[in-house]
Amino acid sequence: MSALVSLVSRLGAWVIGCISATGLFARFFVQLLARSGIALRRPRLVSQQVHFIGNYSLLIITVSGLFVGFVLGLQGYYTLRRYGSEEALGLLVALSLVRELGPVVTALLFAGRAGTSLTAEIGLMKAGEQLAAMEVMAVDPLRRVLVPRLWGGIIAMPILAAVFSMVGIIGGWFVGVQMIGVDAGAFWSQMQSGVDVWNDIANGVIKSVVFGITVTLVALYEGWHARPTPEGVSRATTRTVVVSSLAVLGLDFLLTALMFGN
Amino acid sequence: MSLGYGDFTVLRDVSMTVSAGQVVAVMGGSGSGKTTMLRAATGQMAPQSGTVCTLGQNLSTASREQLHGVRQRMGVLFQQGALFTDLNVFENVAFPLREHTTLSEADITARVLDKLQAVGLRAAAHLRVAEISGGMARRVALARAIVLEPELILYDEPFAGLDPISMGITARLIRDLSDRLGCASVLITHDVQESFAIADQVYLLGQGRMVAAGTPLSLTESTAPYVRQFLDGEPDGPVAFHYPDTPAFTKWLDRQQGGRS
Repeated sequence: MSALVSLVSRLGAWVIGCISATGLFARFFVQLLARSGIALRRPRLVSQQVHFIGNYSLLIITVSGLFVGFVLGLQGYYTLRRYGSEEALGLLVALSLVRELGPVVTALLFAGRAGTSLTAEIGLMKAGEQLAAMEVMAVDPLRRVLVPRLWGGIIAMPILAAVFSMVGIIGGWFVGVQMIGVDAGAFWSQMQSGVDVWNDIANGVIKSVVFGITVTLVALYEGWHARPTPEGVSRATTRTVVVSSLAVLGLDFLLTALMFGN
Repeated sequence: MSLGYGDFTVLRDVSMTVSAGQVVAVMGGSGSGKTTMLRAATGQMAPQSGTVCTLGQNLSTASREQLHGVRQRMGVLFQQGALFTDLNVFENVAFPLREHTTLSEADITARVLDKLQAVGLRAAAHLRVAEISGGMARRVALARAIVLEPELILYDEPFAGLDPISMGITARLIRDLSDRLGCASVLITHDVQESFAIADQVYLLGQGRMVAAGTPLSLTESTAPYVRQFLDGEPDGPVAFHYPDTPAFTKWLDRQQGGRS
């Protein structure tokens, strides 16, 4: 009986903990939004972060996009050939990338590359008393440090997803058209006629913006709340990858159901 | 006022006043609550009882804007320097100017180089924080603390990690700043020789309270056992060198020894 009570008690504590963490996370987001005026007043702070977050993720995004495109070209060709529809390879590659793989894989890579870097940076700034020093200098660290990074991530993520999709399409074209011999005209014309700007591309962009907000926010939240020790920063960095990856996959399902469901 | 963390009181019934143009040294052994006192003066923690009044503002009742206003008028040198590692030396010192003034780039450059000159690091302006030594980092932090020429400057261990030459120059710089700007300076320090040379008033903390206060001369002539032990660096006296046994330690030791046998 006491074991059951203990189990229920632990479950209750876990649920309360989850609700409390969600509330803290939402409040953190609102605090950053409320201070976002600095992004307009001092756009250079944001552009520096777009460069830092975006540029440093570019290589991994480009290489990954190319290989995903290669695989899509090969797998798509072998599947479509069964139905005699090899000419639709361009459409399959483009839709797969623009609707799903572009935003999702970019967000996962973004969490691993830029998200961890943001968490570690903020956590180490906290451990080194840099955030406390800023506060004592009458400079709000949320406004000066976190807001530019949030907007940097929100702007960089759709650009990176677009690069990923573009390189992936080139990869699919290379494998399908150049190596296997699918007709180039059919590859591009099917893509052009089948991909809708609003239904496919715009929805993909919306997804990547939502994922950008999610990953960057999780990274900043974990860094901000990290214990100011090497172990604390290490744990926070790990949590960033786990939480943001799961959030991206969960949100992807929700967004897909909303956008493409009947 | 009394200061502490949670239920634990670090300092009890402490009272201290600092006037404009004065250099005040707050001294005491490790863990005596010196840094806690500094944190209270900057509004980073609230007193358990009593009031902390900085630049005429009661920090306990101050709004966020009022606290910001007070902080803009003070400079703080942190124990670890707390330099921003993503900025170079010049940008670190320029940071308060960029955040709180509308000075032109030329004026910022002139003002920053002037402060770096004062701490002997003008030619290190272009270096990254990772490229300078610990002592240099503390001097850069000092330049950053004084760049706005504040009315109150709080120095947490300004002489720690400095070589004897830098220590002497830093001590003179602190005194000069107070004399020239008329600002109040509070030094949290262990260094008796340098701080006694420049301080107008010295407060000695220990055993959770203020154990002595007075001019450097009066403390030097004091015969109080605590003051004598601290100033002369004697191992025996009212301050125990060894951390006292606690029930938690005894319990831990029993477990530790029991586990080995």
